[in-house]
Amino acid sequence: MKRFFSNLNFTVGFTMSLVVVLAAVLSLVWTPFDADKMNAKNRLQGPSWTHPLGTDQYGRDTLSRVMTGAVSSIIVGLVTVAIGLSLGVLLGLASAYFGKFVDEVIMRISDLLFGFPAVLTAILITSILGPSMINAMLAIGIFYIPVFARLTRAVAMTLWEREFITAARAGGVGEWTITWRHVLPNILSPLLIQGTVQFAVAILAEASLSYLGLGTQPPTASWGRMLNEAQTFMSRAPWMAIFPGLAIAWAVLGFNLLGDGLRDTLDPKMVRMR
Amino acid sequence: MIPYFIKKCITLLLLLLLVSITVFSVLFVLPGDPAQIMLGINATPESLANLRSELGLDQSFWAQYFQWLAQLVTSQGSRSLNYDMPVNTLIVSRLAVTGPIALLAMVFAVIISLPMGIYAACRQNRPADVSVMFFTQFGLAVPEFWLGILLILFFSVKLGWFAAGGFPGWTVDVWGSFKAILLPAFALGVIRASILTRLTRSSMLEVLREDYIRTARAKGLMERTVIYTHALRNALIPVLTIMGLQLGQLLAGAIIIENVYYLPGLGRLVFNAIGQRDLPVVRDVVLFMAAAVVVVNFIIDLAYAYIDPRVKLK
Repeated sequence: MKRFFSNLNFTVGFTMSLVVVLAAVLSLVWTPFDADKMNAKNRLQGPSWTHPLGTDQYGRDTLSRVMTGAVSSIIVGLVTVAIGLSLGVLLGLASAYFGKFVDEVIMRISDLLFGFPAVLTAILITSILGPSMINAMLAIGIFYIPVFARLTRAVAMTLWEREFITAARAGGVGEWTITWRHVLPNILSPLLIQGTVQFAVAILAEASLSYLGLGTQPPTASWGRMLNEAQTFMSRAPWMAIFPGLAIAWAVLGFNLLGDGLRDTLDPKMVRMR
Repeated sequence: MIPYFIKKCITLLLLLLLVSITVFSVLFVLPGDPAQIMLGINATPESLANLRSELGLDQSFWAQYFQWLAQLVTSQGSRSLNYDMPVNTLIVSRLAVTGPIALLAMVFAVIISLPMGIYAACRQNRPADVSVMFFTQFGLAVPEFWLGILLILFFSVKLGWFAAGGFPGWTVDVWGSFKAILLPAFALGVIRASILTRLTRSSMLEVLREDYIRTARAKGLMERTVIYTHALRNALIPVLTIMGLQLGQLLAGAIIIENVYYLPGLGRLVFNAIGQRDLPVVRDVVLFMAAAVVVVNFIIDLAYAYIDPRVKLK
């Protein structure tokens, strides 16, 4: 643990992410006001002691909505990374293990997915399937499959050549057991690092889709959606356009730094790509 | 150079063909019957069937695909269901907005990122480097549409220097049109700049460790010459790749920022067309965007060979 917290990136990222997670968990049991309750008398109020972040066009408390918005963001992050991890790792392992034709097919398909304009494809998918949080998660998650597949393939390929795997094989251990006991544990840390980064990307992507009206649907609070609504009232209620955006930037920055910190501590050899 | 060029051209054509098949098949499964949309919900089954055969919708997948391809190649093009105009004309008129935005955004990105990346690399781990890296972390975390909104809030609402959105049109008001794309291009550029800055920095750091840099310094060249003539040229190759990718993505991915600023660009065109199930527009614009990415990458590939003659040999 001490090793992690001596890294500045990790400490800052961990603290920032923790704030987001705590806000989301807290919002499940308590928010300053009911996040969805409209109150026409309180419309478009500026920041005050009762409403620290002001209110929106329906008189809803912005702080409460930013807090519940964190729940949507975290769910989207978790589910999309889960989609990418589960299928990506499977395909990546298959690619590395079977090689040749299987590898070629899987890698070329992932090339094709990479080549397509992601925003456009996500918009297409969400509008074909209908705008909703679940479909937005699918649209984002699909793009994560090749990301994790390539990473798994790259790491697993070098692992399978290593001596301890040959030793296990010589000892009569089955291929499945080798994969489960020796290969998977060794690719966990790169997957964890990549997963944290993709979690941050998912928060950004969900916000963009929700901003376009294709993600989380009202009345459920979502940061992107709040910014969309804020634009109409920008000259009268600028705070509406500031706080949800700050929340997005905070969360993404937090998880990005957390990913960087994990990479610094878990994998000092890994070349910084960005 | 010539065989390399021919080989690259053939790959380009094959890729474009593959992209067209993918675009066509993805949109083939799109729910929503164009004939139904054109005639409305009160259409009789007979008139629907007539229109379907007129549009060729009753034919097989491959027949429809080759018909579409033939239309594209003979530059007849398809017609939009909603605008009742050729899609080509629509694309050209919308590209007059998106194209300049994408280029201007890249200009901003390059102006910001190259000096900052080089500066940070020359002062690795010193306060200047750390603050540049800190700035880029922000650029990576801030959603571009929020940056767009903040720019409107400051420059349009507070200072009143720019219109809050909309586009007068190049033929009507050149200066006004330029002002209209300045803020969105800046928002897009700043975000791209943070990726490019990090890349320029790491690429420069790698090159600065090379032997030939030590040689250049040892023979007494000025630090400025070492950095700008010897190091930068070699460090630029990976940066150029990402710049190409970004330019291609900008042509396709300005959808969100065009929505923030209500700009009649390609992104808004396709976004609205998807909502209205205007299939011919969606199909042709998506193909155009995907093809733009492929073609820009092709140009970058050729540019490599020019910058770094070693590339051809591989």
